[in-house]
Amino acid sequence: MRMDVSDEDLAVAAARGDRAAFSVLVERSYDRMFGLAFRLTGSRAEAEDLTQDICAALPAKIARFGGKARFTTWLYRVVVNAAHDRRRRFASHARAADGWGTWEIARREADAETAEQVDWLVHAMRGLSDDLRDTLALVLDDMTHAQAAEILNISEGTVSWRISEAKKRLKATRMKEDQA
Amino acid sequence: MTDDLDDLRAAMRAATPDADAATRAAHLALAQKNFEMLQESRDPTRPISDGSKTGLWTGVKTMLNTFTSRAALTATTAIVAVAFVALTPMRDVLIPTQGPQFERAPAVPSQERDRVADAMAPIAGEPRAEILFAEDEADVAPAASRLSKTLAAPAPSAAEGYAIAPVPQPDVALRPEADTEAFANADSNPLQITEESPVSTFSIDVDTVSYSVLRNSLMQGYLPTAEMVRIEELVNYFPYDYAAPDGNVPFQPTVSVSQTPWNPDTQLVHIGIQGALPDVADRPPLNLVFLIDTSGSMDQANKLPLLKQSFALMLGQLRDEDQVAIVTYAGSAGQVLEPTAASDRQTIMAALNRLDAGGSTAGQAGLQQAYATAAAMAAEGEVSRVILATDGDFNVGLSDPSALKDFIADKRDSGTYLSVLGFGRGNLDDATMQALAQNGNGQAAYIDTLAEAQKVLVDQLTGALFPIANDVKIQVEFNPATVAEYRLIGYETRALRREDFNNDKVDAGDIGAGHAVTALYEITPVGSPAQLSDPLRYGAAPEAGSGDELGFLRLRYKTPGSDTSNLIETAITTDLPAQADTGFAMAIAGFGQLLRGGTYLGNWGYDAAIDLATANKGVDAYGYRTEAIQLMRLAQSLSAQ
Repeated sequence: MRMDVSDEDLAVAAARGDRAAFSVLVERSYDRMFGLAFRLTGSRAEAEDLTQDICAALPAKIARFGGKARFTTWLYRVVVNAAHDRRRRFASHARAADGWGTWEIARREADAETAEQVDWLVHAMRGLSDDLRDTLALVLDDMTHAQAAEILNISEGTVSWRISEAKKRLKATRMKEDQA
Repeated sequence: MTDDLDDLRAAMRAATPDADAATRAAHLALAQKNFEMLQESRDPTRPISDGSKTGLWTGVKTMLNTFTSRAALTATTAIVAVAFVALTPMRDVLIPTQGPQFERAPAVPSQERDRVADAMAPIAGEPRAEILFAEDEADVAPAASRLSKTLAAPAPSAAEGYAIAPVPQPDVALRPEADTEAFANADSNPLQITEESPVSTFSIDVDTVSYSVLRNSLMQGYLPTAEMVRIEELVNYFPYDYAAPDGNVPFQPTVSVSQTPWNPDTQLVHIGIQGALPDVADRPPLNLVFLIDTSGSMDQANKLPLLKQSFALMLGQLRDEDQVAIVTYAGSAGQVLEPTAASDRQTIMAALNRLDAGGSTAGQAGLQQAYATAAAMAAEGEVSRVILATDGDFNVGLSDPSALKDFIADKRDSGTYLSVLGFGRGNLDDATMQALAQNGNGQAAYIDTLAEAQKVLVDQLTGALFPIANDVKIQVEFNPATVAEYRLIGYETRALRREDFNNDKVDAGDIGAGHAVTALYEITPVGSPAQLSDPLRYGAAPEAGSGDELGFLRLRYKTPGSDTSNLIETAITTDLPAQADTGFAMAIAGFGQLLRGGTYLGNWGYDAAIDLATANKGVDAYGYRTEAIQLMRLAQSLSAQ
């Protein structure tokens, strides 16, 4: 019955404590969150973990949804921030893990193996820098450059530059692999 | 430009997998659950219960704190500051900034998880007064009567500035258990008059639960109650730079006598025992059975998910010839992982990750099954150990505590050890944990953070799993000619009868590979102004016997697998060489006494303890001591009123 209500209206209702609205909204948004999480991380396992983090924290975050932005834009910003944060945590974890020895090394190798099995594009995107990958992921997710700029809090020009840069890199990777 | 982008878009759409239906459902349920918790928590009357249920003393103190808003504010600020200083880099943007404690997403095992969040979440919005008022009246009454007994005790003449202990009666009775957290403890060891009872006997203790619980309490903004503090466990939490044994002996005691920091007229006898650390490559193959509590109460971020992460850390420490099995108890007990080679980490991790908290704790056969599994795995020359991980539900099948102890003791004699890991707070049954681990010849540890898991299950794993000496007992006989009074600091729950020392049938604590154990006696030399008791008018004058010996130390231990004990003896004299690394142990012992409301400390307070600890921090490679000093500062702030 609430399927025709807009995301924004649902989000505002959820922010006021309407459980049914929250339920419908998360149900409706889940696949989009997961998809973006996959594009940002390039692996199903990490995407699942990231989505879980977001789901756990979303109730607290939705309370601060003011209704000024488009819900999708707002949600994508949440996802991108969570992904950034996760990477930061991984980076410090990787540093902390230096002394952990063989088990951690084995785990990382296992990660690397799984990565080889995923699609070429996903794999190639993992080779991009975080900035380029995030920007490309958003644009590939049907965000306009303007929306991506808003989510990432950068200028539209930077988005355009990053997209063309990312495309160049992907093309180069492809050519290198085709020749090999 | 758009064409190739469209190609990419199509490729990406094809590459993006659909979300797994089960995961999706679980995530949606998690979101909904957290949403509802958040809504409920907006109702201001609802108490949040993960915090420790406080005992009488802390209750009173927190009440004062609560009503003195300035003190409370100071304390709160200090907690936040310390939390940030102590737990530096792993900040998580997903921390709920205020409000209730959320169910946190369980993580893939290797990740450092939201330590800051876990430390901070309970701070916000903790209702203090409710907890106090929830105190059972039945609980208050005996404590109050004990209080009046203390007050009524006549104050004998004392050296100025030193308070007097209540009449020393071995009052071992525990407080009646009104809340669901039970702590094993007894009244502080009373002062002993050497002439009347020259011999002190106790079992060593390598548990560290008390320190972790104390840290958890302080991080939540509560001073721990006196019964949560077992001084020997605080002292033994830290590694010390004691002389390592040489030759074939499993451990070596070193004794030194030094000035007591808190009393210029007494001395501290410092007994340090350092266990040998055999080469890891030489250790026998290990059979581990994880007996995991999966009752509904384990379904909190700091319980089952932390447990999974902790065990994942530990797996990395095992070698290929070690074997692991997993048995759960809750609802229906069952073996969820058959004995599996430790090298097959994927299978083990998959089994761990499948664990789910749910149902009540009533696994009739959990413990029996764990032991049966361990027995089936055992082979000649291997070490078998059951590791029980729980938040306090000990309905492992035998509901009668003494039958449970007997069962475990029986299994211990058949060669399977038991260690107990406690998780979470709220219904932590510390007393039972202690009893089980003691009877199972194992260690009890409390895991409140991943860092603690790292310490217990990674850094000190060898010690936790490989015993090098069993039934280690210490007996000290003091010389009445030189020592007027003495007092053992800590080890209240480990007291043994004098005759038990030579009785090899009496169980005592064990030392694992590389463990360091410390025992401290405060002694008052004859003629010291600090002597609290007057000499007897009708007593015989002490014989000026063997000159300058303060006492005589006897140590008994069994090598693993042996039924007869070995004896180590050494005299305690004033001219023993000073021992390395005693200052920090003294600072911690003093800290413990401050928290227990020690009556022997005079004006010596947190400032002095912090100074002493800081001056003796040493290398502190793992940062344990730094953390302890921060906890001292926190306790100081919390106790300032």
